[in-house]
Amino acid sequence: MILYLGRRLLGVAGILLAICAITFTIFYLLPNDPAAAACGKTCSPERLVEVKAAMGLDKPVWEQFFVYLLGIFAGRDYGSGASATHCGFPCLGYSYEYSLPVWDLLVDRLPVSVSLAIGSAVLWLVLGLGAGITSALRKNTVVDKILTVLSVGAASLPVYFTSIMLIWGVVRTAGLLPYPAYHNLTDNPLSWASNLLLPWTALALLYAAQYARQSRTSMIEAMAEPYIRTARAKGMPALTVTVKHGLRSGMTPILTIFGMDLGGLLAGAVITESIFGLPGIGRLFYDGLLRSDQPVILGVTLLAAFFIVVANLLVDVLYAYVDPRVRY
Amino acid sequence: MSTTTTEPAAAPVAAAGPAKASGRGPWRLVWDQLWAKGSARFGLIMVVLLVLMAVLAGPLSALGGWNAEEFDKRAVDAYLGGLPKGDFGGVGARHWFGVEPATGRDLFARVLHGGQVSLLIAFVATAVVVVAGTLAGIAAGYFGGRIDSLLSRLMDLTMSFPSLIFMIAMMSVARDVNRILLMTVVIGLFGWPGVARVVRGQTLSLKHREYVEAAKVGGARSWRILTREILPNVSGPIIAYTTLLIPGMIATEAALSYLGVGVRPPTPSWGQMIAESIVFYETDPTYFLIPTVFLFVAVLAFTLLGDALRDILDPKGGRS
Repeated sequence: MILYLGRRLLGVAGILLAICAITFTIFYLLPNDPAAAACGKTCSPERLVEVKAAMGLDKPVWEQFFVYLLGIFAGRDYGSGASATHCGFPCLGYSYEYSLPVWDLLVDRLPVSVSLAIGSAVLWLVLGLGAGITSALRKNTVVDKILTVLSVGAASLPVYFTSIMLIWGVVRTAGLLPYPAYHNLTDNPLSWASNLLLPWTALALLYAAQYARQSRTSMIEAMAEPYIRTARAKGMPALTVTVKHGLRSGMTPILTIFGMDLGGLLAGAVITESIFGLPGIGRLFYDGLLRSDQPVILGVTLLAAFFIVVANLLVDVLYAYVDPRVRY
Repeated sequence: MSTTTTEPAAAPVAAAGPAKASGRGPWRLVWDQLWAKGSARFGLIMVVLLVLMAVLAGPLSALGGWNAEEFDKRAVDAYLGGLPKGDFGGVGARHWFGVEPATGRDLFARVLHGGQVSLLIAFVATAVVVVAGTLAGIAAGYFGGRIDSLLSRLMDLTMSFPSLIFMIAMMSVARDVNRILLMTVVIGLFGWPGVARVVRGQTLSLKHREYVEAAKVGGARSWRILTREILPNVSGPIIAYTTLLIPGMIATEAALSYLGVGVRPPTPSWGQMIAESIVFYETDPTYFLIPTVFLFVAVLAFTLLGDALRDILDPKGGRS
């Protein structure tokens, strides 16, 4: 197990390094010029050269990449003399737009995105697994058919449509909830939850369907296994059979997609955050794009990749606990 | 993608029932099973209609009397901030689906042309993904060894990319050449590992079957074994997976265009139309609902068809 973990961690580091290099190269090759953007419209060619040098953009790409990479671990110093600032570990560079370290911006926005991701994940797991398991246990009945239709329908609705309809129905017409704004969980848990309820629902509807379908299929497969028949034959109560034997093996495939989905969502749901005006990482990323704030774009991409890779690793490790047949 | 539009001519035969099914080819059996299922039939009909609609967008919108980029200032009310005249966003004999606020462009023509762009991108991106994924999957599964470990690493790497974020970033900084082509490539870049995994798994289980061994003993080269023995036997799961990829591609195109990094106006696409109409959701709901309904039906239809095809062609869900 330790050996396996070590090997996997090395793999994770390798993948992150490769993603960092690819992202860096692509953005270097693409024809956008952050120096010109930073310098402004009335920028003389001499001034542009100075700005480029100050931003370190005059050096060859591999050198820029190396400086960036080293900076993540060892920190970097920006500027010189009295205006010098130190950017400590993990230094992902300075945002051109905000003149703040990218890491600080990310940390500042992270609670919003994490709240959004985790809240909606809880909701979609409850909805999706509930629907899927119900469907599986009542296979080919009216309940099963209705749930299938509902889940395929919900998954086909674009998230911006459900979001707008939720805002229109719940906020504008019924006035049940305030227009979503982010409140800290630690300040007031109740307003945190009530403000995030609509974005959670919008995202959960999108994801729940996939879980309903997947869990229905794997639950049907699991319930057809011989050991379920054995458990029933020895007189075990139906509920225990379903929960202890059916669910456990039926839910392992769910774990894989859950890891990927949650990992992808932790670094910001760009569309949902921008519709509900939530100041999360997705929003930071989108604003960064509009202003070609390269360090922010790069930072968010890396953070997102980090979440995905780590979530996948966690899922693989969890597998050993959930599924007794898996051994490392 | 040609797999999704089988000729509807076979419909009456399917009603004959499964009694005669034994004498039919494998594809005919698939067709019969598909047609027997209500949701699959609905999906199939909708897919055919949508594809026809997209292909014939020009002639069909000429039928309505307008093209997608023609302004009709008489259909909008300048005193009401350019909102369409008449009920339901100006729906009527003159403009069948009403008009766009401010410009008065015909929504019937725009939603058809938008569908053309959206479906074109989704289909071509799917084709790219499926061809690349199949090649990689077959090579990894059949040759094994170093090729397999190299390709599998590449799959892991691609799957670890935060794809939507990366797509948005690439689309927003790329030079304006051909947005449609660019989008196809960018969307296609991240989909192939999914197909490759399915194909690799199938190939692994096929490569030691007797008929493959027999072909090898008979002196067939790798190329011939791959194309004649392996590929036809993995085509079922590939077709099912392809159909299930399309709704995701349509949704991704719409999401990118919605965020303003996809298709640029005046070229319409469903996502781009929704992005423009979302601010009017209260004042002119028709304008917002029309592209949304088309997007919804397209995603729904392909999902239903794909689900049914997967149940028929690949009962174990490609996990083997």
